[in-house]
Amino acid sequence: MELAAQLSPGGGRQHWRRGLSRGVAVLMGLSALIVMTPLFLVLYFLIRQGASSLDWNFFTQLPKPAGEPGGGMANAIVGTLELLGMAAAIGVPTGVMGGIYLAEYGSATANYWLRFAADVLNGVPSIVWGMVVYALLVVPFKTFSAYAGGAALGLMMVPLVMRTTEEVLVLVPQSYREAGLALGIARWKIITVIVVKTALKGIVTGVLIALARVAGETAPLLFTALGNNFWNHNLGEPIAALPLQIFAYAISPYDDWHRQAWAGALVLMLLILACNLTVRFFSRERR
Amino acid sequence: MTGPSPVPPAQLLPDHGSARRSSVVRSEGGWPDRSFHWLALLAALTILALIVLVGWELYRGSRLAIHQFGAGFLVSSEWDPVSDVYGALPFIFGTLVSSLIALLIAVPLGVATALFLTEMAPIRLRQPVITVIELLAAVPSVIFGLWGIFVLVPWLRDHLFQWLRTYLGFLPLFRGPIYGPSMLAGGIIVAVMILPIITSVSREILRSVPNLQREAAYALGATHWETIRIAVISYARRGLFGAAVLGLGRALGETMAVTMVIGNRPEISASLLAPGYTLASVVANEFTEATSDLYLNALFELGLVLLAITILVNVIAQLMLRTLAGGSGAKAH
Repeated sequence: MELAAQLSPGGGRQHWRRGLSRGVAVLMGLSALIVMTPLFLVLYFLIRQGASSLDWNFFTQLPKPAGEPGGGMANAIVGTLELLGMAAAIGVPTGVMGGIYLAEYGSATANYWLRFAADVLNGVPSIVWGMVVYALLVVPFKTFSAYAGGAALGLMMVPLVMRTTEEVLVLVPQSYREAGLALGIARWKIITVIVVKTALKGIVTGVLIALARVAGETAPLLFTALGNNFWNHNLGEPIAALPLQIFAYAISPYDDWHRQAWAGALVLMLLILACNLTVRFFSRERR
Repeated sequence: MTGPSPVPPAQLLPDHGSARRSSVVRSEGGWPDRSFHWLALLAALTILALIVLVGWELYRGSRLAIHQFGAGFLVSSEWDPVSDVYGALPFIFGTLVSSLIALLIAVPLGVATALFLTEMAPIRLRQPVITVIELLAAVPSVIFGLWGIFVLVPWLRDHLFQWLRTYLGFLPLFRGPIYGPSMLAGGIIVAVMILPIITSVSREILRSVPNLQREAAYALGATHWETIRIAVISYARRGLFGAAVLGLGRALGETMAVTMVIGNRPEISASLLAPGYTLASVVANEFTEATSDLYLNALFELGLVLLAITILVNVIAQLMLRTLAGGSGAKAH
């Protein structure tokens, strides 16, 4: 066909080139559709399979023993929130301070490599974080614990929060800092009261994105938080988490547990979507 | 601060970066300033400490196995916890093959979608599509796994795999019994999971292509597609390659969804319809069941192998993206 196009007089060749261009446009549009399809499929099945199982019991009851119908995931929902709280306690201060350093201090070369290291650290598989925290906190204390789970998620948050914080701090106009310096305000006060405050929405956005990302992580919790079928009354002991519960139920042989896995997945997805929508709301206002 | 220090204006109003920073550091005042500075430095150095810590802890956890099996660990395909003999080959094979399948699917689709979004789509359509892809990136691995087990794998087993075996069965890749959970299923689910990052990084790369490139091609009478091919893709080739390598890095470490659909059998099979096993999923499955010290050490060594591969791949990806995108690289995705 190529050859025919080459040989044919001008008009025919033009026709072929235009046709090819249009054909490629259609193919690209199709790929965009294919890329979007999985999200709709996943959401469709989550709602179809999960919504009917969301009842009062699901939010208030503990899991029932294997084979017994009923029960809920109350402990896993609370557990996930507790783990996220601990993760934020570790990841947010470290990440934000690190971001401040990258944006406000440091030499260009050193910061280039720190940024580079943060991006590489972002690519470390989540299961590896689980192993590292297992060696650090589970082996020495001889028990799986909520602390270990929170630490694993918190460490994952550090590079994420650091990079987003830096990005929004750099956007704060230079003249704000200069105005502060001109007034004789101490450097740390300029940073905290003027620069960080100006960029606060962006920083919160970054933190929410990081939280939404680690909220769904399962692999780092498998051998740190471990999971628990009961309430956790002591953070030094294993704790339940939604992703862990979903995983355990999904690979179990019981239909009733499969049903609950879908329901748990729906709740987790709603939690994460809520985070994402809040972010969208924040960032729209920022612009 | 001791009065207004005579800073030359050139240092107060730099266009970017270093000049401003050095002027600022020198002008710091008393102890609150210094301690704040140190605190920030400490936080930033956490990053380096974490990299060292991750490598060191995995090495420390796997010393027994490294000592016992040496380099043979990497090429032995025997994985037998009962007689305490361990080899990593089936898992390395599974990780590489499933990631390769994922790349073969996700790179063309992701790059085509990015091209659609930057070059072709009507402006009004762009933002909604971008939002959908960003939300796809937010779906947790375990939910993809759940969907994989109950929706994707049964469908693949009853339709796509049958079709592949009937029409492409002459290839060793698509021979043998159909189980459902398989290397191909794992590759497909990983492809779905790395599509968002490949698409969004490619999009950023394409957006950095100067419009002058496109205008020049149009001026020569090129059609829309020819412009994309000549002016855009050839200009952005290196960055797009970087996006693919970054996607590979994510694919290699993907754990939960793969564990749930790949079949978890430590065998090396030519058929993609047969079950496989990956480095990440064997750790996820067997870590809490490891009964002997050597078993646990062998699992740690698998983690170390995984870490080494992903760090290498990520460093390559970041280097490729950075030299191109003017130092921003691919940040928090």
